[in-house]
Amino acid sequence: MTSTPSTQGLRSWLLSEEPSSRRQARYASWYKGWLTFRSNTLAMFGLAVLAFLIFAAIFAPILASHDPFAQDLGQRLLAPGDNGHLLGTDSLGRDLYSRLLFGARISIYIVLLVVMVAPLVGLIVGTVSGYAGGWVDVLLMRVTDIFLAFPRLILALAFVAALGAGIENAVLAISLTAWPPYARIARAETLTIRNSDYIHAIRLQGAGPLRIVTRHIWPLCISSLVIRVTLDMAGIILTAAGLGFLGLGAQPPSPEWGAMISEGRKYILDYWWVATIPGIAIFAISLAFNLLGDGLRDVLDPKEGDA
Amino acid sequence: MPSFPPWLRKTLATVATVAATILGLLFVTFMIGRVMPIDPVLAVIGERATQEQYNQTYIDLGLDQPLLVQFGIYVNDVLHGDFGKSIRTGQEVTTDIARVFPATLELATLGTIIGIVLGVPLGVVAAVRRGSWIDQLARFVGLIGYSMPIFWLGLVGLLVFYGILGWVAGPGRLGIFYQGIVEPITGMLLIDSALRGEWTVFKDAFSHIILPASLLGYYSLAYISRMTRSFMLEQLGTEYVTTARVKGLSEWQVVWGHAFRNIRIQLITVIALAYANLLEGSVLTEIIFAWPGLGSYITTSLLANDMNSVLGGTIVIGTIFVGINIFSDLLYRFFDPRSK
Repeated sequence: MTSTPSTQGLRSWLLSEEPSSRRQARYASWYKGWLTFRSNTLAMFGLAVLAFLIFAAIFAPILASHDPFAQDLGQRLLAPGDNGHLLGTDSLGRDLYSRLLFGARISIYIVLLVVMVAPLVGLIVGTVSGYAGGWVDVLLMRVTDIFLAFPRLILALAFVAALGAGIENAVLAISLTAWPPYARIARAETLTIRNSDYIHAIRLQGAGPLRIVTRHIWPLCISSLVIRVTLDMAGIILTAAGLGFLGLGAQPPSPEWGAMISEGRKYILDYWWVATIPGIAIFAISLAFNLLGDGLRDVLDPKEGDA
Repeated sequence: MPSFPPWLRKTLATVATVAATILGLLFVTFMIGRVMPIDPVLAVIGERATQEQYNQTYIDLGLDQPLLVQFGIYVNDVLHGDFGKSIRTGQEVTTDIARVFPATLELATLGTIIGIVLGVPLGVVAAVRRGSWIDQLARFVGLIGYSMPIFWLGLVGLLVFYGILGWVAGPGRLGIFYQGIVEPITGMLLIDSALRGEWTVFKDAFSHIILPASLLGYYSLAYISRMTRSFMLEQLGTEYVTTARVKGLSEWQVVWGHAFRNIRIQLITVIALAYANLLEGSVLTEIIFAWPGLGSYITTSLLANDMNSVLGGTIVIGTIFVGINIFSDLLYRFFDPRSK
């Protein structure tokens, strides 16, 4: 690798043994984490796949060769490559490649929404439970255990049945079943932090419980939550696709991947690509998240890595 | 509870946990039943009933009572095995579930057996030959298993093994020529046909079940082999294993006679969990393979807005799930001398 003097300087600044400021120390620890992460080929592969996917989702209108919703019954069920349809067409003559690109937006949208809701709920429940202790802790943890004991997909099914089919409701249902593990993790972290000296020091300075929890406990829970969330993303995507496949998630004509598989299911024996191609997309994205999660775990939490 | 012996206290605590969890499950399904935008009265009496009939049914269903009392009625009904009537089939939900459940049980059981038979040895060998190609293979198998949408794998499986190769039978539980030959005993076709000596039926049922069961088996294989590997690695790093090796025992005796012996209990817990997951995971597989089990029942009811059936099915699966969890926990306590 050729490096110019300035990047060389940056590198040595980052790897300095004696950081001169708090900022330098923080950047240095990030940089060392990145170096560890970069040496993990599989994790880098996962990151690359995800970067590619996000790129495809953002530039979907430019990259798409056709309108994802435009039907053309004269061009239905074309094989990949026919008539300028890169991945073929579905039973209504819609271009699969373009639908796949726009479907990436939906998948990312679902993941982002779940990731904004579930870990936050878990973080609040877990830290409050751990910090307050006593009967609050008992009550909250009992509720968490009850949710943890439920079969997730079935419960999500029942929720969606009650709320009505649709992406937002699917997200809500997945989040309602996904938060308990985060609460467990956040509580465990809080219990170890709660009695440390620096928390006592802040309390003596007059900080209230709200400030202590949000400003001093939350930041320390983040790294374990991030690992868990990344590893859970694959599961979230698979559940969302499953709901879509059952007709309970995104509704037609939306190009959601699970719903696309469901549409192509009827033709699987004669026109295999209609159902197979969206499945490969789902597989790729959840594999990427799994690889990334494994890599992040090695960087952020070395003690939990594979023995 | 100072006067109780420890084992009794533990048992009582377990019973309390189970009761609380199941009560929580019922509360959730109860709330789902209340928030849904379907009028439960109209669902019972139909659109064309008079106002008096409506009011009467409203009172009969206890809807004029406070929510807590309604919940009490609901819990009482469920504990007496009354989930209400299915709007779709017109039968008691309990009867429906008793009819469809054996199909799911058969599928999940065969799937778990496949998962154990392949997963445990794979995990053990992966741990013993750590870093070898077989360890990489185990990791690869697990990674694929965790990332593949099960319904899609089912479709591809149908395409390849039924559509192209013709090795297995297509969707459904039994070919049309074989239906109704075997009088049900357990409701599980493989067992029933074997008991009755109807081997042609057995063969047909087997060729229908083997593909969905293998797919489910693959998912539990991924989980079981991963856990087996990490348990074994933990054992192989301990001093007694070194001692056994120093004593000159063969590798086989060290691995299976010492290390594996000590992970059996942990393994049972894992297998129980894998089994519970399969009962749930079979929902999507059943749809793909038109398998007339509980998963198909719940989803078909769902699409027909038949909430009694959906919630009844949810309660049954949830209770089994909780039951298996508790069971494996108890088993662990019973067999592991350290926890006594």
